Amino acid sequence: MQDKSWVPLFPDAASSFAWQVDALYFYLIGISLFFAVIVVVAVIAFAIKYREKEKFATPEEIHGSIPLELFWSFVPFVISMTIFLGGAIVYYNQYKIPEDTMEIYVVGKQWMWKIQHGTGQREINELHVPVGRNIKLTMTTEDVLHDFFIPAFRTKADVVPGRYTNLWFRATKPGRYHLFCAEYCGLNHSGMGGWVYVMEQKDFDNWLSGSVSDQTPVQAGEDLFKNKLGCASCHAGGQNQRGAVLQGIFNKEVKLVGGQTVVADEAYIRNSILNPAGQIVEGYQPIMPTFKGQVTEEQLVALVAYIKSLSGDTSATTPGPPAPKPAESGAMQPSSSPAGGSK
Amino acid sequence: MENVDSKNLGESQGEEKVNYLTNGFSLKSWLLTKDHKRIAIMYLISVSVFFFMGGIYAGLIRLELLTPASDLLESGTYNKVFTQHGVIMVFFFLIPAIPAILGNFLLPIMIGAKDLAFPRINLLSLYIYWVGGALTLYAMMQGGVDTGWTFYTPYSTTFSNSYVMAVGLGVFINGFSSILTGLNFIVTTHTMRAPGMTWFRLPLFVWAHYATSLVMILGTPVVAITILLLAVERLTQTGIFDPALGGDPILFQHLFWFYSHPAVYIMILPSMGVISELISSFSRKKIFGYEFIAFSSIAIAVFGFLVWGHHMFVSGQSIYAGLVFSFLTMVVAVPSAIKMFNWTATMYKGSVSYDTPMLYAIGFLGLFLVGGLTGLFLGSVGLTVHLTDTYFIVAHFHYVMVGGTVLGYLGGIHYWWPKMTGRMYSEFWGKISAMLVFIGFNLTFFPQFIIGYQGMPRRYAAYPPEFQVLNIFSTAGATVLGIGMILPVIYLVASLFNGKKAGDNPWLLPGLEWRTSSPPPTFNFEETPVVTWEAYSFGEESGLDIEEARRAHKVSPTA
Repeated sequence: MQDKSWVPLFPDAASSFAWQVDALYFYLIGISLFFAVIVVVAVIAFAIKYREKEKFATPEEIHGSIPLELFWSFVPFVISMTIFLGGAIVYYNQYKIPEDTMEIYVVGKQWMWKIQHGTGQREINELHVPVGRNIKLTMTTEDVLHDFFIPAFRTKADVVPGRYTNLWFRATKPGRYHLFCAEYCGLNHSGMGGWVYVMEQKDFDNWLSGSVSDQTPVQAGEDLFKNKLGCASCHAGGQNQRGAVLQGIFNKEVKLVGGQTVVADEAYIRNSILNPAGQIVEGYQPIMPTFKGQVTEEQLVALVAYIKSLSGDTSATTPGPPAPKPAESGAMQPSSSPAGGSK
Repeated sequence: MENVDSKNLGESQGEEKVNYLTNGFSLKSWLLTKDHKRIAIMYLISVSVFFFMGGIYAGLIRLELLTPASDLLESGTYNKVFTQHGVIMVFFFLIPAIPAILGNFLLPIMIGAKDLAFPRINLLSLYIYWVGGALTLYAMMQGGVDTGWTFYTPYSTTFSNSYVMAVGLGVFINGFSSILTGLNFIVTTHTMRAPGMTWFRLPLFVWAHYATSLVMILGTPVVAITILLLAVERLTQTGIFDPALGGDPILFQHLFWFYSHPAVYIMILPSMGVISELISSFSRKKIFGYEFIAFSSIAIAVFGFLVWGHHMFVSGQSIYAGLVFSFLTMVVAVPSAIKMFNWTATMYKGSVSYDTPMLYAIGFLGLFLVGGLTGLFLGSVGLTVHLTDTYFIVAHFHYVMVGGTVLGYLGGIHYWWPKMTGRMYSEFWGKISAMLVFIGFNLTFFPQFIIGYQGMPRRYAAYPPEFQVLNIFSTAGATVLGIGMILPVIYLVASLFNGKKAGDNPWLLPGLEWRTSSPPPTFNFEETPVVTWEAYSFGEESGLDIEEARRAHKVSPTA
């Protein structure tokens, strides 16, 4: 975003659906002007033409007109339905996350955004993304409600404690754009923001290789799973384990005790760690202890990433080598890597 | 224009008729009154105090936002200031303003009743308002509250260290005042109409209050429950809303908006009722499409309960919920449009005069038009994902709440001032203030639509420098608006001492309230009126003596 000396009246548009939101906006401005002109002209014209000419006059009574009432009920209704449809289409595009996404995890916290890339890079209050790629954010918060808002992308989503919410976008223009917290979160709410940097792919690759943490989320999750939390003692897989088999379950329907089925998505995995007795998989005993209070949101994110990787889901993962070197920057795209999670 | 009528000496032997104001001067005669008019006057004074306080907070907000940095107020203070602005204005000004003052004073008179159905309950509602208000003020003096007027969880239950409980209790208690007023209005409208006052002869002001009362008694208990649950969680750490305790924060939003969206209609419907009266009276013409305006009020009250989810488009609800609530929001726009067109059509071939109340009414048409149309922007879910929680929202609801409710309220206060006090306000200063309010308001809030689309979030103590220019416009406008709001306090109070005597019917209008003396006697009418005319009939058939009024007007043109 370039600094402008004049009053900027319109924000940058830098995502794939920004033009749709803007088009809807201008359509509504058009509709509004249409109605506003009709009403304002009529009010002013009547106020002048029929101004009081004689004190306490008694103009002829007009009771009303059914055809007119029907006309001005029907026309606004039809127009409002076009607005609804336009909004529904744009909303669908904002809501529906494409298949091939690069996944980034976001954890909100009073009053900062903690962001973690699939390759292990962490940032605070900054988000670097490549231009032209579908980016999916999976977000949660450690404390209160927040809202991840990028005006130039014309999208936002609340970040809710105890849940994962998603936001996706495809940036279309390299540049630096405002990132705001848009849901009031306490004392320093207006300071909880930063910048989104949209970069050309090669600049992004360079950036990625410049600041690499030692572990990807999948690796961090694996470490927690196998060593720190001891999940593997029941869930390592195989026939005689007490815990449910996790290999290949992600995004599959699993059968619960009581006959219901549930899709084992991120939210289900998260809930099963925090509240294991809630939804028991058929064939297992409710013996798993809760991990509530023992794992942080960031650790949960890592565990979810690891469990996803057990199903060969690679959207969150990047290449096998733990610490990619600059020379390997071309291999940064998740799609080019084999099933992650292997060390 | 002395009104000496020999048969009206009544119980007192004095020269002037005893009216509700002169019927006892002791403090006790006010505090223990059962007279709906005296209760309305006490509401007027109390609500004005809250309006003034809320206005001071608004002024502080605008001053802080003059510069991008959080310099005048540090962000903790700023958060309390905008929270208290919201709490005071919503719960202690906007919700009671028109129903408890104008509705209380006029509803019984307009239907030809001696009082409301339950005069003691009416007085009780005032005391409840005082208790709730006093508790809230106490909490604000002690240190205030910083949750935003929406009290979103888990911030309000687990994280905020401010006086959430005391303010919540104040709002909770105050809710009963609303419920009792609504109950009183409904029973009164059903059971106490004068002979001949059929449902379709009721002034639209009464219809609007009837619809409002339905919302009050059906919606307010829900916010009471919500605040109660919030208090339980805060006190006992029971997991209701906080996910760390096993609750669901979105549940709070559903409960809160289930009341607080209909509450918007508690604020705007009575104002629409006032506008129907004003437009008709100052066009001297029967309101166009009476039945459509009446039923659109009821339709708004009913549909208003079905659109709360449009406050939660980005809070994580499903795509289907988003679409359904967007659709219903579009539907609720139609009755408002119907009202708008009918008001405009009422002026057609009328005899339009530009007294102060009419200026407010025309101002209302302009501002509510903008407020309503920008509501379409926000009902369109694809657009709201970008617009919600920005200044676009702030601008929109101020156009509806201030442009709609406050202009209707001020117009109504001027219109019925002669009836309430027996004195005319200064027409010159009235017109000046009406125009200052209109200009100042637009200058304050129109730029906020633009800053909102640019993406400036609401509830920000500090903001990026590129938003400053339009914020300066906004603050300048707020100054003009503030002057426009203070002027009426001065000239209305002054009119009590040096205003011209108003006479019973200064504008020669057919409504029942203009057929009793100004100020009215304690039981409103010397004898129960019998209604033989349709609502808003300005001709001879409604019994108005036009020739006599013209002669009197030549003698004393202002009255």
